[in-house]
Amino acid sequence: MNNTRLDSRSIEFRRKIIDIVGHARRGHIGSAFSIVEILRVLYEDVLRLDPRNPLWKERDRFILSKGHGCLALYTALAEKGFIKSAELNKFCEFEAMLGGHPQYDKVPGVEASTGSLGHGLSIGLGIALSGKIDKKDFRTFVLLGDGECNEGTIWEAAMCASKHKLSSLTVIIDYNKMQCYGLTCEVMDLEPLADKWLSFGFDVKEVNGHDIPALRNILGKRRFEGEKPLAVICHTVKGKGVSSLEGNALSHHKSKISDDEIKKFYDELENY
Amino acid sequence: MRKACLNEIYKLAKQDTRVVFLGSDIASGTLAQFQREMPERYFMEGVCEANIVGMMSGLAMNGKIPYLNTIAVFLTRRCYEQIMLDAAMHNLKIRLIGSGGGLVYAPLGPTHLAFEDISLMRSIPNMTIVAPCDAEEMKRLMPQTLDYEGPMYIRLGKGGEQIVSSPDKEFKIGKAILMSAGKQVLVVTTGIVLKLALEAAEELKAKKIGLRILHMHTIKPIDSEAFLKEASGCRAVITLEENSVIGGLGSAISEILAEACFDPAKKFLRIGLPDVFPSKYGSQDKLMQSFGLTKEALVSAAMRLINT
Repeated sequence: MNNTRLDSRSIEFRRKIIDIVGHARRGHIGSAFSIVEILRVLYEDVLRLDPRNPLWKERDRFILSKGHGCLALYTALAEKGFIKSAELNKFCEFEAMLGGHPQYDKVPGVEASTGSLGHGLSIGLGIALSGKIDKKDFRTFVLLGDGECNEGTIWEAAMCASKHKLSSLTVIIDYNKMQCYGLTCEVMDLEPLADKWLSFGFDVKEVNGHDIPALRNILGKRRFEGEKPLAVICHTVKGKGVSSLEGNALSHHKSKISDDEIKKFYDELENY
Repeated sequence: MRKACLNEIYKLAKQDTRVVFLGSDIASGTLAQFQREMPERYFMEGVCEANIVGMMSGLAMNGKIPYLNTIAVFLTRRCYEQIMLDAAMHNLKIRLIGSGGGLVYAPLGPTHLAFEDISLMRSIPNMTIVAPCDAEEMKRLMPQTLDYEGPMYIRLGKGGEQIVSSPDKEFKIGKAILMSAGKQVLVVTTGIVLKLALEAAEELKAKKIGLRILHMHTIKPIDSEAFLKEASGCRAVITLEENSVIGGLGSAISEILAEACFDPAKKFLRIGLPDVFPSKYGSQDKLMQSFGLTKEALVSAAMRLINT
């Protein structure tokens, strides 16, 4: 599962992320690389969106609760036409639209400002609940980090989403098995993760988070009223696509990245 | 005061489908009529306050106006980051209604005493903080909460407070109310301790000392214009609040006063809760007395400032 080949589109997507990092010389690069295929599938195949009308009432909502994965989100938003590509090259500059965590009021297409972990699922369930009250058919997706699942509020929100039978809510867990310090199984073991979500009242699917057709198949299916909320555990690789970053806790966040390192990222990506 | 507040929420919900009520795990039967008549907008979500604030932020992002009622300490301390980031940073129209502001829950001990809720809320950008003095004022406040922008914290008293507000004096969020027009000492109060100030004014009148009382029901945004106007003719300023002297009304007023550079300078005193964890039980009144939050303390402070 960890050796999934990347297609040219996935390589290109990551190249764009390295481009951003090449300008800013910083970023949560490993955390972004593990969610590239998830975001590709969401933005290219699943989410009902209108980039010309980011606040369209009928749109599907996506919240990147692991806000530090924003390099992938910004790339997806630029690809989709929500933001101009030129903004990517200003990442983290003083007057930039795009900072180190996504801001809802600055970035078209960003539903909620995130960055502090453990917030996105509660917000997402509130959005899904408002849709249920108003009998709207939009879907709400919340992408969690695995380390983020250490937060108690995630499980408060899980209970709550289940109680309200929020079938329109899909929780995606980027299970790359690494958090900032190291392995999740050593820092705070999440296992049995699928059983946890099951026992909290979710339907649970497990998928290779780099397998585009498999992700399309699971995320693309609309859920029906009365069904449980869905948790999709995506088995991913932190730093996926650049061998020196893969499974490397130090890839979680990097700053003062040198010319040599940037070149190495490109080289390793091209030879993946 | 809580009853008046909840009744108003019911009325608002009846007239406006954007209104949603949330509770954590509060008294059985709370807003039962609301639940019966509008179950799709009534949510009792259990002991997960932080999640509830995030959830109501999500509701507000989609145009709902959620009102949350739970115990003030859990609402402010437990949910601080959710209030700060999910609600206030997004400048969402959510209403946080804290039961038992100040020392109301004296018998339950310091875990339940909201002695710094105002201080905590004051440091949150976009936040509005209102502490009505009685149930009648609460009734005047609540209809204004419907279309007021941004998040709001409303502090509830114990209930059954003597009515000291007057319908003749206009209530407007953000506009302080002059309650007594003495000319020597200005007392700025908020919440239920307005009553103490009014009683002190009566007693000081007999001693020929005029107490000017400014009821600062809205602590944030603070009505600095009214404060400076009322303070200008007085020799001394006293703040009176059932909140820590750190970060609450006294702090807010002292900040304005310090920058106003009155010449001659005003004598100034903060009366509030000291920077300690309360360790006694008893009753709200008893605990307030032990911390010097009394009519007598205010009277003697006013005399001292005038006579020195």
